[in-house]
Amino acid sequence: MDITELTVHELQEKLKNSELTSYDITKAYTDKIQEKEKDVQAFVTELSEEALKQAKEIDEKRKAGEELSNLAGIPIGIKDIICTKGVRTTCSSKMLENFIAPYDATVMEKVNAEGLIDLGKLNMDEFAMGGSTEYSYFKKTRNPWNLNKVPGGSSGGSAAAVAAGLVPWALGTDTGGSIRQPASFCGIVGLKPTYGLVSRYGVVAFASSLDQVGPMTKDVTDCAMLLNIIAGRDEKDTTSVDNGDKDYVKSLKNDVKGLKIGVPKEYFGEGINSEVKQKLEEAIERYKKLGAIVEECSLDIADYALATYYIVACAEASSNLGRFDGIRYGHRTENFTNLKELYRNSRSEGFGDEVKRRIILGTYVLSSGYYDAYYKKAQQVRTLVMNEFSKLFEKYDVLLTPTSPTVAFDVGSKTNNPLEMYLADICTVSVNIAGLPGISVPCGVDSQGMPIGMQLIGNRFKEETILNAAYTFEQDYKFREKYKPQFVK
Amino acid sequence: MAKQDYEMVMGLEVHAELSTKTKIFCSCPTEFGGEPNAHTCPICMAMPGTLPVLNEKVVEYAVKAGLAVNCEISRDSKNDRKNYFYPDLPKAYQISQFDKPLCKAGYIEIEDDNGNPKKIGITRIHIEEDSGKLNHNEFSGGSLVDLNRAGVPLIEIVSEPDLRSPGEAERYLKKLKSILEYIEVSDCKMQEGSLRADVNVSVRKKDAKEFGTRTEMKNMNSFKAITRAIEYEADRQIDVIEQGGKIDQETLRWDDVSGKTFSMRDKEDAQDYRYFPEPDLVAIKLSEEYIQNVKNNLPELPESRKARYMEEFNLSEKDSRLLTASKYLSNMFEEAQSICKNAKAVANWLLSDISRILNEKEMEPENIPFTGKEVAKLVELIDKGTISSAIAKKVVEELFENPKDPEEIIKEKGWIQISDEGAIQGIVMEILKNNPQSIADYKAGKDRALGFLVGQAMKQTKGKANPQMLNKMFLEELNK
Repeated sequence: MDITELTVHELQEKLKNSELTSYDITKAYTDKIQEKEKDVQAFVTELSEEALKQAKEIDEKRKAGEELSNLAGIPIGIKDIICTKGVRTTCSSKMLENFIAPYDATVMEKVNAEGLIDLGKLNMDEFAMGGSTEYSYFKKTRNPWNLNKVPGGSSGGSAAAVAAGLVPWALGTDTGGSIRQPASFCGIVGLKPTYGLVSRYGVVAFASSLDQVGPMTKDVTDCAMLLNIIAGRDEKDTTSVDNGDKDYVKSLKNDVKGLKIGVPKEYFGEGINSEVKQKLEEAIERYKKLGAIVEECSLDIADYALATYYIVACAEASSNLGRFDGIRYGHRTENFTNLKELYRNSRSEGFGDEVKRRIILGTYVLSSGYYDAYYKKAQQVRTLVMNEFSKLFEKYDVLLTPTSPTVAFDVGSKTNNPLEMYLADICTVSVNIAGLPGISVPCGVDSQGMPIGMQLIGNRFKEETILNAAYTFEQDYKFREKYKPQFVK
Repeated sequence: MAKQDYEMVMGLEVHAELSTKTKIFCSCPTEFGGEPNAHTCPICMAMPGTLPVLNEKVVEYAVKAGLAVNCEISRDSKNDRKNYFYPDLPKAYQISQFDKPLCKAGYIEIEDDNGNPKKIGITRIHIEEDSGKLNHNEFSGGSLVDLNRAGVPLIEIVSEPDLRSPGEAERYLKKLKSILEYIEVSDCKMQEGSLRADVNVSVRKKDAKEFGTRTEMKNMNSFKAITRAIEYEADRQIDVIEQGGKIDQETLRWDDVSGKTFSMRDKEDAQDYRYFPEPDLVAIKLSEEYIQNVKNNLPELPESRKARYMEEFNLSEKDSRLLTASKYLSNMFEEAQSICKNAKAVANWLLSDISRILNEKEMEPENIPFTGKEVAKLVELIDKGTISSAIAKKVVEELFENPKDPEEIIKEKGWIQISDEGAIQGIVMEILKNNPQSIADYKAGKDRALGFLVGQAMKQTKGKANPQMLNKMFLEELNK
């Protein structure tokens, strides 16, 4: 038995039956990291030693009969944008290379309260800006299915680590697709919760009105379990919402009979790879077979979502990243004689090109004289996008689209073409713009053996509906039994 | 043309620090002073990932202020980000309010230069956070950042350009300060910076319809500085125009030492603050019930207190107005009055000698070093005949220097009034013996001689003799 191939709910079962100890599990993962990290490059900061020590402590407590959560002693990986007390949080940026937060993000407090063991901080595009994890200051993470391909991004480290068995599950963040697109590229499950379901406190802000933390897991059950842990109202984040302590695992019924699924035709047009399209069509047939009612529908406004997204996200980012000024923490230039130079040189040296590009774009759209034409207009379109989705949800329970128009692309193939990179988000951004929940589940592989993801979009705070739809598909299709990452070199 | 052909037009932007216990977006204390950065946390230091949570007291205080100056209260308001870089602004944006302030369209009533009532419009009141402070290090040449003040709640109160003289500006600001003190939302200490005013000044020919180009003056931290700055700036603008020049729209810094304004930045390098709605905070929605509740709990305002003084204590309109102009003076009056039950006398002492000394010392009523208890004791001592008003004046002077129980003061100084009949008789006889001419004058019908004699007796006893008794005994002796 390879422990690292088990899901968390399987591990939980074996912990309960005393078939495995926390140390057995953690050791299996640290060994796997030892073996594969040099190929995958998923970690910014590894915490193997600390993790093993913690695992021993938890085993001892369990032995002594101390009351522990039934997930205590199971490891997890954390995207390096989520603040962890005492462990550096870099956002994969030179700017925060040595930044150690004196506090835990609220999601970290919840993860710690559950007794989960942090195996390390996972690589990402710098400040979550990008779709391939190539914009990390530290390293380029590789796709475990084919090491010449990108894992997607920005949560590429999290997706690759889960797919490669370096962590049993991970937390990612999603501003425009940063959980779902890498989940799709790496053949795992990734959920972006409804805006407000999970606290953003302690998560370094990219675009405050779009950011959400979410689970990245091997299967849908694990996804629902991790969502149970992190969801809920937080006094420290006034945009967070009380979800009434829903148990998302209970919503997994393995039944979609009568479920109304809308398929917006705009997501299947030009630019969608034909193999991706084919797998999605097969998935639609499978849903029909399982008793769901599937219909084609239209979401005209989708065409404007990408432009709207880049205006809103960059505007907020340009303001959110102002605090990295070299004054109180983070990178400070050695080369300055006055305040202006201190600012300019610290920021010029500390930020990478993509981050600068977005700061410039965001600053521009907020400038006086341009605000009405860009930012204000984008907010108006945003309202229209929300309204269009609301109309569709009067008719359908779930909307089904590809997660990404393509499978994972070659490392280096898009880094010089930011616009093409932005297009990789075309299927996911409207979900963030509308604040809706979206999940990506694997629905096949292409002729090269690269995974393809299906996105299921739900109405606000209807995570249970898309989780059940994804679960039912997963149980019937059995992706994990059919395909495994091959670490092709 | 001459100066009197021009009219000044002014508007004030007043920042008042709210006296809530904690900061606007975190639970750090708002206390003034403290070791640098002692009152900070990850939120007000803008550590990555931290989020603001709006202090509900701040909204309540701002609504109170709005209601007290007759504003409309917005049912639907929001916060916005004002973006600019400066080391005292850790997030590189200030959370403020842009197009939906909490309060708008109010007014304050003041007197114009002729003593007639005049309404000064209040455009808006919005909430925002204060910045930190930079301490320039004279040894290393660098600057140190102190974020104790960062995140202290402020309200900005913007007036309409309704003010026409430095006097009006001063009375407006004093009235505003007094109202904020009454409703207990701000300490309004100008020296500590908890009340700060920026003045927009322009001038125009008296018959002109359009406003002239305005300049904005900052950095005035006393009423006197504000009046001086306005006068200087208006004169400067008139000179420029008279010499055929043009006023530049710019921000000026008032330098109190040289008594001049200096340009800080002109319109060309005006900052683009890139305002946009703060996505980390939800909209501020206020119910009718909430607003009504704040209204019902508003403390007594100066206007109604004034009316009450006229009614309850029979004080004149002027005295009532002067007393209630400052909450501190008014509270002192009420405290003293409740002890000695002589409202008229208390009012007189507060408005005459005590106010005169405040003026001389350029002090505000809140800096009076003694309380209403001492004032009450003073009035009681006069009423009982223990001291004369002449002595009482000296006691007041002494209270400012060395505040303590007036009874102790007069004991220590030996100022107790001589009311002993035998002693007074002795003094009267001695004075009469030494001033035969005055006796003759009196007998010849010159009544003034009596005053002279009493004066001589007071002089000899250093003011301690009871003047009524002196008067009576001199008369008895002279008429014998």
